[in-house]
Amino acid sequence: MKWLTKGAIILLIACLVLAAVSCGEEEEVKELRIGVIGPMQFQHGQHHWAGATLAADEINAAGGIQVGEDSYTVTLVQVDSNELVSVTDASSAAEEAITLDNVDVLMGTIRSEAALAVQEVAMDYETIFMVCGSSTVEMSNKVADDYDRYKYWFRITPVNDLYLGQLNFLLVGMVAQKIGAELMMPPKLAVMAEKAAWTESIVAAAQAYLPPQGIEVIGVWQPSDKATDVTAELTAIEDAGANMIMTALSGTVGIPYARAWEELEIPAASVGINVMAQADDFFENTGGFGNYETTLNTLARDVELTEMTLPFIDAFIEETGEMPTYNAGTYDAIYILKEAIERADSVDADDIVVELENTDYDGVAGHFVFDDNHDVTWGPGYITALGVQWQDGELVGIWPPADGSWNGVVYEGIVDYELPSWVVEYWTQ
Amino acid sequence: MAENIIINGLVLSGVYALLAIGFSLIFGVARIVNLAHTAFYMLAAYLIYSLAVTAGLNLYLSIFLAIVIVVITGMLSYRLVIARIRQHEATTLIVTIALAVILQEALLKGFGGTPRSVPKIISGSTEIFGVAVLNQQILTFGIVLLLLVATWLFLMKTRTGVAIRSTAQDREVANLMGINVPRMEMTTMAISAALAAVAGALVAPLLVLTPGMWTHPLVMVLAIVVLGGLGSLKGSLIGAFILGFAENLVIFLAPSGSYLKTSVALTIMIIVILIRPEGLFGVVFEEERG
Repeated sequence: MKWLTKGAIILLIACLVLAAVSCGEEEEVKELRIGVIGPMQFQHGQHHWAGATLAADEINAAGGIQVGEDSYTVTLVQVDSNELVSVTDASSAAEEAITLDNVDVLMGTIRSEAALAVQEVAMDYETIFMVCGSSTVEMSNKVADDYDRYKYWFRITPVNDLYLGQLNFLLVGMVAQKIGAELMMPPKLAVMAEKAAWTESIVAAAQAYLPPQGIEVIGVWQPSDKATDVTAELTAIEDAGANMIMTALSGTVGIPYARAWEELEIPAASVGINVMAQADDFFENTGGFGNYETTLNTLARDVELTEMTLPFIDAFIEETGEMPTYNAGTYDAIYILKEAIERADSVDADDIVVELENTDYDGVAGHFVFDDNHDVTWGPGYITALGVQWQDGELVGIWPPADGSWNGVVYEGIVDYELPSWVVEYWTQ
Repeated sequence: MAENIIINGLVLSGVYALLAIGFSLIFGVARIVNLAHTAFYMLAAYLIYSLAVTAGLNLYLSIFLAIVIVVITGMLSYRLVIARIRQHEATTLIVTIALAVILQEALLKGFGGTPRSVPKIISGSTEIFGVAVLNQQILTFGIVLLLLVATWLFLMKTRTGVAIRSTAQDREVANLMGINVPRMEMTTMAISAALAAVAGALVAPLLVLTPGMWTHPLVMVLAIVVLGGLGSLKGSLIGAFILGFAENLVIFLAPSGSYLKTSVALTIMIIVILIRPEGLFGVVFEEERG
């Protein structure tokens, strides 16, 4: 029996050695962990996630990200920043994602105040952070001021608030021209901007630059971004004699604003930024009001910015049932990251940063090139953004004008801007 | 501009008054600072959304059901939670705010953060003295006035109302006089929750529904009842009008500071409290309590 026991022990040891060897030979799965950070109970965060998921699925199906002979699978980690309920939650969520979930890259956020906090956390850990939602130029200024610390930060969407201001003025100029031509009167503009970091430069620029262009600014109204009723502000604007309102609204205030604006038939054309009006369910949420509301946007359903635009929109709608907002820029962000990693042939953050700086990429939202401060470049041939308007319950593209009057930029699918019927009626009676 | 301030001020003050009276009532009778009061208002709004928009029920039936459900929720929360800890004022504060936060998180989980809208009972707008006012706002103001009068008549002219007032003045004496104090407190809780639910039904179509919609009204209601004198219905009514008009004055006179309207209203409250720590009608109320 002794020899039988000895034999069994030897056999067992041999099996264990074989198992250990075979385990060692098994190919190690390499993954790139991307933390998608946003308010996941809100549409903003859900679009962050949906855009990222589409890109990750496509990349993984095509074999992943190639680094030398290794293939990296993209693994997404959902990080709920809760920033629309509590701004301070965002930084702790980012810290947890980096230290506990071991994400290699962060992308997302919406509120500038939250994005600024997340930026600090990401830079502390030298983690690449690609913003897909906040426009404040404070973030890119930090890259200029302290490159070594902030070089890991890049902005994908939207363009920074200085560019947004210029875009706003282009839309305002287009509507002012229409008012001059159709109503035969000079434009009188009221500014309706929520009180937030991102609107400060827009409000200041409107007061400084629009009057010399013949657009009188008759007042600035600044409700809270969470205001639930702005009828008093709107009646004050009517009382002040405005025939145009320039909006800068990213919060839920955009819904009661647009609803009361049409229902009260405020005789002033509304144009600018109303993030709530960028979403498909805007018309439903306003109870069918808000027709003619005009806002900047990144995408419009039938407008082809690049060859990638319409296939992405179709895929996104098929997946979520909703038109993608600028938060779905995580899709472009992941592809830009993939290309940078493959060019760098490394997953080291410093190597990736060098190649991100060299980005020259045709994405869903246009042609991506980063400036010296890691901001996405805005202008003809780069990211242009779009002006969109609700016409008969449909969100349609209205800027850049179809006649190519803005630097010759023409996109398929753009239609003419329309003044609200009640505004025309009021001022021509 | 004056017409704008008066009309918008009246509409806003009416809504605040409706919420503040319900809040003040339960404090006056049961000495409970129910910080979940505006959460009941939010619950009513979301229930109407679920029943009328999601389930497709008739709007009036949805409003009725929502009020009934909120009243039952209010009574259950009183019976199961608040009544057991009401002797400890600080605990009651924490527990009622916890109830509100739980409700907020439940709605956030159930409905997400996407803003929702409730259909209006009447749509369109009407010009009053050259000021465009939403028809729903006019209806709201009218119903608020009716409810305030009805509440006053109920408290002054009915046996139950007299019993409630007696309980508010002195629980022990009311008890000795044969009044069923716990039942009066429960009845008051039901009325208070019903007023919150009616406010939700009337105001929800004018606002946007989000799971955080209860916080701003709560701050305003607290300010109103402190300004008017805790537990004083008359004080709450006057406090509502003072703060409602203060907010509108800021919007019209300092438009670029309209985000400060709540801060200005609260500053007025602080100034009044510094001069009269008991609030505008607090002394009368305390005297009434003996």
